[in-house]
Amino acid sequence: MTGSGDSGLWRPVAGADILRLRARMRGRLRAFFDASDVLEVDTPALSAAAPTEPRVEPVRARVLGEDRFLQTSPEFPMKRLLAAGVGDCWQLARVYRDGERGRWHQPEFDLLEWYRLGFDHHELMEEVEAVIAATLAPERPVRAAEYITYADAFRRHAGVDPLTAGMDELRAIADDNGLSSVPGLDDQDRDGWLDRLLTGLVAPRFAPDRLTFLYDWPASQAALARIDAADPRIAARFEAFWGELELANGFHELADAAEQRARFETENRARYAEGVATIPVDERMLAALEAGLPDCAGVALGFDRLVMLAAGADTIDAVLPFPFERA
Amino acid sequence: MATYSTSEFKAGLKIMLDGDPFQIVENEFVKPGKGQAFNRVKVRNLKTGRVVERTFKSGDSVEAADVIDTEMTYLYSDGEYWHFMDPNSFEQIAADAAAMGDAHKWLREQDTVEMTLYNGEPLTVTPPNFADLRIVETDPGIRGDTAQGGTKPATLETGAVAKVPLFVEEGEVIRVDTRKGEYVSRVKE
Repeated sequence: MTGSGDSGLWRPVAGADILRLRARMRGRLRAFFDASDVLEVDTPALSAAAPTEPRVEPVRARVLGEDRFLQTSPEFPMKRLLAAGVGDCWQLARVYRDGERGRWHQPEFDLLEWYRLGFDHHELMEEVEAVIAATLAPERPVRAAEYITYADAFRRHAGVDPLTAGMDELRAIADDNGLSSVPGLDDQDRDGWLDRLLTGLVAPRFAPDRLTFLYDWPASQAALARIDAADPRIAARFEAFWGELELANGFHELADAAEQRARFETENRARYAEGVATIPVDERMLAALEAGLPDCAGVALGFDRLVMLAAGADTIDAVLPFPFERA
Repeated sequence: MATYSTSEFKAGLKIMLDGDPFQIVENEFVKPGKGQAFNRVKVRNLKTGRVVERTFKSGDSVEAADVIDTEMTYLYSDGEYWHFMDPNSFEQIAADAAAMGDAHKWLREQDTVEMTLYNGEPLTVTPPNFADLRIVETDPGIRGDTAQGGTKPATLETGAVAKVPLFVEEGEVIRVDTRKGEYVSRVKE
């Protein structure tokens, strides 16, 4: 029940200046993609399937008597458009992820997603840098980005090779750097430990106030990226960071339907093992891959975090009219 | 056994860690987009006052600390212990310096405090947010200078020293915010 104590909660958190900044930045995105001849598209937010990723939790809805998922990203329907021949495309989509709330997290947020035919992840990283620079200027000038492989970043900032290190070595690095042990994070979960080192040690040492592109991720964290043809230990995946703030995640997209199906099944097994509800495999997305996904690279970028940078804000709440608790 | 999920974590929550009661001071949610989510918390050991950092996998649960917050009346200090009384049961209890922290600086006899008890022992003592205390010693006031900034130290009847505006004089009663140890206003008697 709402009492008089809630009386101020109807008001927006972000002021008119921030709302105007958001609108200007959307305009800059549109101008950038128009100039590059990339088509703006729309896809459904209410989907019959969802990505099976064990560590991204969709919000469920009941619609017209059917179980639906609110999209965690527009990736799968956009790949269906690509397979149908629409060519380069982008959208700014509202996406929903359960369980995510913090200084940089909201359970609903705006995700900028785009795909470029004939690009690999290196070419797309350069375009991501250009998009960020074009969107942040003139509020925040962007210096040339640093590009570093996942393995080199771990070697430089944590003194460990993430592709070869054993669990005892990863634990020792955490201990040496004052990262407390985490109850329930066990030796089976090597990727969980890499995430612990990435968020606790490596990313905090990225240059502040500057873009860092972290690329060639471990194959165990390929997500939807293709595996490197020359080195099966790494995947054609990248992320963009501003300081330690994660901004974007991209892939040279996996186009192999059989391998994609196998990954969905592996992920659902991981969900089952962790006691998390499994998710129906997106057969329409797999059918699109079977029909033929053109060679392409794609990326998702957190728009609200970009606004944070332009506004000089410390929290995502500060750039939203109504954060979750006021929605 | 009561537990808290990491999604319930917030400053002030009291949890058990390694057999000791702790209070969460700060809670931060950390998650790589596609990776493992963590709750990075700063927690204060309620027995020792020491603040340490801990990290949990988001979604995990932690045992709640079985501590009781209760109102107590301050009676007197014998120099080593501070003695309090439960106003309902008239039971008396003594708090040591570790439990008192800075609270003694703001307490006069018969003041009401909030005491946190763990296994019946005082863990922390929190004075009222505002205390009205008489100034027993301060430099002479400067008349006419009521608007300008500028402060001077003043010793209060409890022995605490607070910064007060230049126009405040010895013998006056002032209101202090005990959370920050700061002067708020003069109190007319």
